[in-house]
Amino acid sequence: MRARMPEPRTDRQHHNLIREMSGFARWKESFIYMLKTLLGQVKEFRLLSILTPVCMIGEVICEMIIPVLMGRIVDRGVMAGNVQYIIRTGAVMIVVALLGLTAGVLGGFFAARAGAGFARNLRKAMHDNIQTFAFSNIDHFSTSSLVTRLTTDVTNVQNAYMMILRMAMRAPSTMVVAMVMSIIISPRLASIYLVAVAVLAVFMFYMMSTTSVYFKRVFERYDLLNESVQENVSAIRVVKAYVREDYENNKFRSAAEQIYEMFIRAELRVVSISPFMMTIVYACILLISWFGANMIVADSLTTGALMSLLTYCMNILMSLMMLSMVFIMITMSEASARRICEVIEEKSALTNPENPIMEVPDGSIRFEDVDFSYRPGNAEPVLKDIDLEIRSGENIGIIGGTGSAKSSLVNLISRLYDVTQGRVLVGGHDVRDYDMDVLRGQVAVVLQKNVLFSGTIYDNLRWGDENATDEECRRACRLACADEFIEKMPEGYDTYIEQGGTNVSGGQKQRLCIARALLKKPKILILDDSTSAVDTATDAKIRRAFQEEIPDTTRLIIAQRIASVQNCDRIIVMDNGRVDGFATHEELLRDNKIYREVYESQTGEGADADFDKPA
Amino acid sequence: MAEKVKEVGNGPRGMRGRPRPKVENPGKILRRIMSYVFEYYGARIAMVAVCIVVSVLANVQGTMFTRTLIDAYITPMVAQVKAGQANPDFPPLLHAMARVACFYAIGIGAAYFQARTMAFVTQGTMKRLRMELFEHMESLPIKYFDTHAHGDIMSVYTNDIDTLRQMVSQSLPQLLNSTITIVSILAMMLVLSIPLTVVSLLMVGVMLFASARVTSLSGRNFVAQQRNLGRLNGFIEETMTGEKVVKVFCHEQQAIREFDRLNEELYRSSARANGFANIIGPVNGQLGNTNYVICAIVGGILAINSYAGFTVGALASFLTFNRNFSMPINQVSMQFNSIIMALAGADRIFALLDAEPEADDGYVMLVNCRRDEKGEIVETQEHTGQWAWKHYHKATDTTTYQALEGDITFNGVDFGYRDDKIVLHDIWIHAKPGMKIALVGSTGAGKTTITNLINRFYDIQDGKIRYDNINVNKIKKGDLRRSLGIVLQDTHLFSGTVRENIRFGKLDATDEEVVGAAKLANADGFIRRLPQGYDTMLTGDGANLSQGQRQLLAIARAAIADPPALILDEATSSIDTRTEKIVQAGMDQLMEGRTTFVIAHRLSTIRNSDLIIVLEQGRIVEQGTHEELLALRQRYYQLYTGNKPELAG
Repeated sequence: MRARMPEPRTDRQHHNLIREMSGFARWKESFIYMLKTLLGQVKEFRLLSILTPVCMIGEVICEMIIPVLMGRIVDRGVMAGNVQYIIRTGAVMIVVALLGLTAGVLGGFFAARAGAGFARNLRKAMHDNIQTFAFSNIDHFSTSSLVTRLTTDVTNVQNAYMMILRMAMRAPSTMVVAMVMSIIISPRLASIYLVAVAVLAVFMFYMMSTTSVYFKRVFERYDLLNESVQENVSAIRVVKAYVREDYENNKFRSAAEQIYEMFIRAELRVVSISPFMMTIVYACILLISWFGANMIVADSLTTGALMSLLTYCMNILMSLMMLSMVFIMITMSEASARRICEVIEEKSALTNPENPIMEVPDGSIRFEDVDFSYRPGNAEPVLKDIDLEIRSGENIGIIGGTGSAKSSLVNLISRLYDVTQGRVLVGGHDVRDYDMDVLRGQVAVVLQKNVLFSGTIYDNLRWGDENATDEECRRACRLACADEFIEKMPEGYDTYIEQGGTNVSGGQKQRLCIARALLKKPKILILDDSTSAVDTATDAKIRRAFQEEIPDTTRLIIAQRIASVQNCDRIIVMDNGRVDGFATHEELLRDNKIYREVYESQTGEGADADFDKPA
Repeated sequence: MAEKVKEVGNGPRGMRGRPRPKVENPGKILRRIMSYVFEYYGARIAMVAVCIVVSVLANVQGTMFTRTLIDAYITPMVAQVKAGQANPDFPPLLHAMARVACFYAIGIGAAYFQARTMAFVTQGTMKRLRMELFEHMESLPIKYFDTHAHGDIMSVYTNDIDTLRQMVSQSLPQLLNSTITIVSILAMMLVLSIPLTVVSLLMVGVMLFASARVTSLSGRNFVAQQRNLGRLNGFIEETMTGEKVVKVFCHEQQAIREFDRLNEELYRSSARANGFANIIGPVNGQLGNTNYVICAIVGGILAINSYAGFTVGALASFLTFNRNFSMPINQVSMQFNSIIMALAGADRIFALLDAEPEADDGYVMLVNCRRDEKGEIVETQEHTGQWAWKHYHKATDTTTYQALEGDITFNGVDFGYRDDKIVLHDIWIHAKPGMKIALVGSTGAGKTTITNLINRFYDIQDGKIRYDNINVNKIKKGDLRRSLGIVLQDTHLFSGTVRENIRFGKLDATDEEVVGAAKLANADGFIRRLPQGYDTMLTGDGANLSQGQRQLLAIARAAIADPPALILDEATSSIDTRTEKIVQAGMDQLMEGRTTFVIAHRLSTIRNSDLIIVLEQGRIVEQGTHEELLALRQRYYQLYTGNKPELAG
């Protein structure tokens, strides 16, 4: 979901301020803010970032000397037929060229290292910050957008940074040198430059600020287009089954058409920069030629000086070209830079308390008047008026229809989200008073959408406990009834799990995830519909194993089958974000209408036991 | 170029971990790109070429102007003044300046027109390429998607198109520009002095050699950079997808450690690759200066000895040209890397464009129909709820109609996703019209495969599948699929509103029909509770909905399509039983009178089927009704009573 959620932002006021300003001022403010954030990541590459322009200036100086030497070779050597002079000056020129080469090569490598290092730091800053994100932050940025920000966007910024280091000093320094020289030669003629440069500066600034808006839109469209391709690739069966190829083609066509329009509009602006610049510079040349000729005739300027002025004019043109390239790079990477900035600047919605409690005394859970909403203030709360008391070591079942907020309820226990109102207590303390790692170490959740990572089964299991012995891993698998199928695999526990766990079935994956959670030896274990793909008999076996092996652990089991929860000490019946009943199986059967309905739907005549669920 | 190497992200054992293929035949690919661009924009490209020539020539004129200005105008005027003439002759200078101004104007105009035209050519080509890629992709068989990594397909649209865009918009015009400049300067140089040109060319050879070396060094490191980028990408994708699990297990520090390691490797190779790329410019520039010095010395000796009429003035001009010679060469060599990368990208683009589309030789069509008073079938345009197969007989030039009944038979069907590995053996099924057929068996038994064959996602190796006694191969694929509604376990939704997603099943459905279908699937309730109801935007495959809600939408989508036959592949697996019971009523209504294939694991869904088919390892082991199979007391009985250790999981 793209919609921005209101988050607790410390720099709230700052943003409000920006909102109040309008147009250009707003853009400038936020641009500078972004630059500050990004440049803060240059860190240890600051020296290289400074050395690069220094090298570039060295190269520029060499490049300015060489034409002088070239001129001398022609005027005093060639024209005078002095081979000796040619050889001597040539030698000097080669030395200068070598110096220029050294400066250029060093500058090139420094720039590359600084750019790559900056990119590394940006990625690290983002990744480190993402690791502090709360679930709600992750919901806010989608997975795919985080991936793009960490990769493509960083590459864009890296290239721009490298370019800026190499060009940004080089071009202005050439320009400054050329201007100064011109002023020394003839202040009157040089004033023509000053006017021209001022005009150009205004023009470029205007272009840059307006073009960036277009590019931003282009990139947004790009995202949409890619999303549409992505969808069609993964949902191709649906498209083909409904024979909607033409429909999708049309949708794509119009999206591609829009990108085309946007891009053309943006590019037409960009392509007008260079001609405008050339016009100004050529106008300068003509003006200087005219006035210069007049001055020469009036004997207030020498021919040589006019030649130099014209050469400097060309130098200025070249530097302006480079600068405009730098500007285009900045413009194109601005959107990327902003996206990176957003991730670096995002504040986790959850923070550790000042003096966190480092131990969870027991596995009791209490909900006190809890309201919860994913987007506070916006929509109807997902959970309303929840009051629950669960004793340590109790075995609790949770049942309820699709969308009755069962998952939302348990997600509050390990503080994956914070309550909107009221409080949740674990072991007698508010979950917000615990150190988050400690809390989550003791409250193990097997998520509904669970994921295995590429690596061996052992590797995956040890997510629960890094130091678990092979024996402990096997024991956890036995508890989760995963041992039988693992042992049947050719490489047993060393079997390599592919990314996303594509080479194990749904039921196997679920059991591995349970085993992984068990290895944490938690005080509270939450299974969020974690055995839905496991057949009934195995499901029962797992529950029996829990009862026998980890009776002191508080267990919360979300399930769709009554059979999975009916032996629990107590069962919570959720309906529409409220607790509809909380009692034993027998009591609920007697008093709770919803529970009875579910029960009947599953145990009608012939007992609706689960048929061999494909696993 | 960032996401290019997603292929490697599949772990060391992933089938996609193959090394990046070298570009096999760069010349051929380049020609193909050119002809692709030329096909639509031949005239514009020609204009661009003309513009480039004009602007190069205009520039040359502009460069020459300074010398002419002084030699031909100012010096004589100064002489006139010195000679005591009070009013030197300014009008000729004014004329000359006007002429040069024209040249400048033409040059600028040409440059602007070229850039502008190229913007249209590039973006137009990209648009066309995107559309063709997409349309071609939509025509590919399911097999293509099952055998190619989705990340690889995606990267064609993002990275490869982007590198190609850069090549078309920047490298190619630059190349053309440089070539013209080089050729014209070379011609001038040859006219002035052949021996000096040879010397100069030798130095150019050295330049080219040097830049080739540096390019290959940087190229090798770019490959390493791409590989490391791919690894990092793979890691990022995996952890970002599982980020919530990372949090739940407090695995942040481990993730950071691993990330830092990969990040560091990428930094190293990236610094090296870009470093080498950055020095091509300075190296060539200074070699150019050396070239200048050498030519000056050799030329000076030649001129002083007046070798072959070579004059000092000619040497001065030659050196001016020599100075302008190295710049375009430098520009060309800087484009090498990006061209190579673009060609590799183009290779993948063309590979996708060349993939064989789904063949469709069918000619029997599905049409809406009604019966006239004589009971004959009459084709109509409106939705009548009645369907007929329309045969066109070429031999007799007649059209016959046959009512759609939903009789589907498998006669000894063998099938394998690959020819050498048969997964379904000798399947015989007869689904009579209106029957509900349940496919039962453990994972990998071949249940989904069977449904894939009915709508011809895959074609069979042996045997026949008939639909109303018509071989399915004779039915147009689109019509065959239209006749079969399908709800899959993995529901896929599209970016768009809830309403649009339901309407996907029937594009011209009214709002009432949409609501009706949603009510049938029992989705109406939760949809109304969404922030914007039916107009709530779904993004990221409906990530903001629960799995169960997504399935309800998928059912509504199938319901609105109102297909004559249905395939339900675990369609209700994520819906809680209470809701399912309510949905079931709608589903029953939906299945009423339609031939339905059901794959399910819940007994309630299977029990009342007319025919239950038990599959095991690609073979039918039992078939019959619930009671019949129970009475057999074999496989189904075993499954039903739950004693099935060997099938567990």
